[in-house]
Amino acid sequence: MLEVKKIYKTFNPGTVNEKQALRGLSLTLKDGDFVTVIGGNGAGKSTLLNAIAGTWQVDEGQIIIDGMDVTKLPEYKRAAFLGRVFQDPMNGTAATMGIEENLALALRRGHRRTLKSGIANSERKLYRDLLAKLNLGLENRLTSKVGLLSGGQRQALTLLMATLEKPKLLLLDEHTAALDPKTAAKVLETTETIVNQDHLTTLMITHNMKDAIHIGNRLIMMNEGQIIYDVAGEEKKQLKVEDLLHKFAEASGGELANDRMMLAK
Amino acid sequence: MISLLNALPGAVAQGLIWGIMAIGVYITYRILDIADLTVDGSLCTGGAVCIMLMLGGQNVWVALLGALLAGMAAGLATGLLHTFMGIPAILAGILTQLGLYSINLKAMGKANQAINVDKFNLLVSLRFTKNVPFYKNSILIVAVMIIVLILILYWFFGTELGCSLRATGCNDKMARAQGINTDFNRVLGLMISNGLVALSGALLAQYQGFADINMGRGAIVIGLAAVIIGEAVFGKVFRNFGFRLLGVALGSIIYYLVMQFVIWLGIDTDLLKFLQAAVVAVFLAIPTWKERYFSKPVKKGGQN
Repeated sequence: MLEVKKIYKTFNPGTVNEKQALRGLSLTLKDGDFVTVIGGNGAGKSTLLNAIAGTWQVDEGQIIIDGMDVTKLPEYKRAAFLGRVFQDPMNGTAATMGIEENLALALRRGHRRTLKSGIANSERKLYRDLLAKLNLGLENRLTSKVGLLSGGQRQALTLLMATLEKPKLLLLDEHTAALDPKTAAKVLETTETIVNQDHLTTLMITHNMKDAIHIGNRLIMMNEGQIIYDVAGEEKKQLKVEDLLHKFAEASGGELANDRMMLAK
Repeated sequence: MISLLNALPGAVAQGLIWGIMAIGVYITYRILDIADLTVDGSLCTGGAVCIMLMLGGQNVWVALLGALLAGMAAGLATGLLHTFMGIPAILAGILTQLGLYSINLKAMGKANQAINVDKFNLLVSLRFTKNVPFYKNSILIVAVMIIVLILILYWFFGTELGCSLRATGCNDKMARAQGINTDFNRVLGLMISNGLVALSGALLAQYQGFADINMGRGAIVIGLAAVIIGEAVFGKVFRNFGFRLLGVALGSIIYYLVMQFVIWLGIDTDLLKFLQAAVVAVFLAIPTWKERYFSKPVKKGGQN
């Protein structure tokens, strides 16, 4: 479903702030893979997701989604294949627009936007049904401005928007990190439900190592722009947080330097 | 007092004409979140194109259409400077505005071109604000035009394309993630906005009987003033998008009525532009001041 071949990305080349964010990273995802991504600060986790999403072009390498080379495709065109949820709840929705308007924008991802009405009446029932499944009471607030919603509600809505038009690949960039633990657990549960029911290929960055172990069928650990550990299936299920910490120390020769991650132990 | 009353219909007509311009400013400033300074140039472009086409023997409607298209071309220029060439929006607008000065001058051949209301069949004029049959009254004609324009814009911003344009201005990161071509939308928004501004310039030139190279100076400030007044006065009542555009047009009328009143009070008219700038500066500062000095403790939204 996804093939990332030896991608490189350096930010601010030739300056004192030069940062080699990705160093020849390769990754292949099979259809239906649910991969969790962990790693320290500055390991290149978000950079990897942004490279796939096309936020900017990579310096070298190739990105192939479902057999199609998208390396040179601009972000808005790649969006046709991708569903994305960001860390900051503010980023995924249009705050001054209504819930149904946001959903209608998402339903048209990958389609030409014409001069037809922005929301067809027939769509509202679909939205109401899907929102009811989130169990957040949003189904009766279709016209409410998204800016009025809480962070958790917005992330749940963004998740719905990302999967409304079934994506070939779902990219979740620490999408529960900005939420309180209870809300985070709920959004994560919704994530699993949606991913399982639609059989979505997913890449999920998380700072919570327990989540990384328990969720999905494969786990990758990143350090300094490379994948240093890649584990799947039974072996992954047997993992313990200590194993991951040990693995990290072994591969990188240092402590797993992510403050949030320490707390999440 | 009589002189003030006599000046009122003129102020309303002028306010309505500038209202079209203010709606254009609303589209860039509020919907796209861009302060577009192109308008100072494109207003004159509209006036110049309209007057020159009419002096060249064209029908008034053809002249208005020509002005609209010229304004859209100006918006296209700013849009491409901003997106394709990556120049910050404000600077892109200033560059286009500067370039338009020469273009406007070349279009008119000199700094000022008059058109005689007796010899040409003008749509609006100073002379048509009183003592004319109602269907020739400039106030009515511009009011009808504004309502038609608002209806068209209301329809457009409800379409798939229009919604994507609103999303672009609100959150372009989200818009791109939803597959929206944000660069294209910015250019489109700037074109629509400047088209309206030029149309307003075309009506203004007819109304005052001439196009002048300086007629657009400070136009952005008047447009912003109208937007802010419209929102301050009608913001609580007009929630619907169409009504909000109407509020902006009404804000423009209020602005001109106040201006008329200030002039009647006998203020030195040389100081008018300074007054405009000062008033708009204060109004623009209000959201910041509100937050800084009058904000309530942080409140949590929603129940989650």
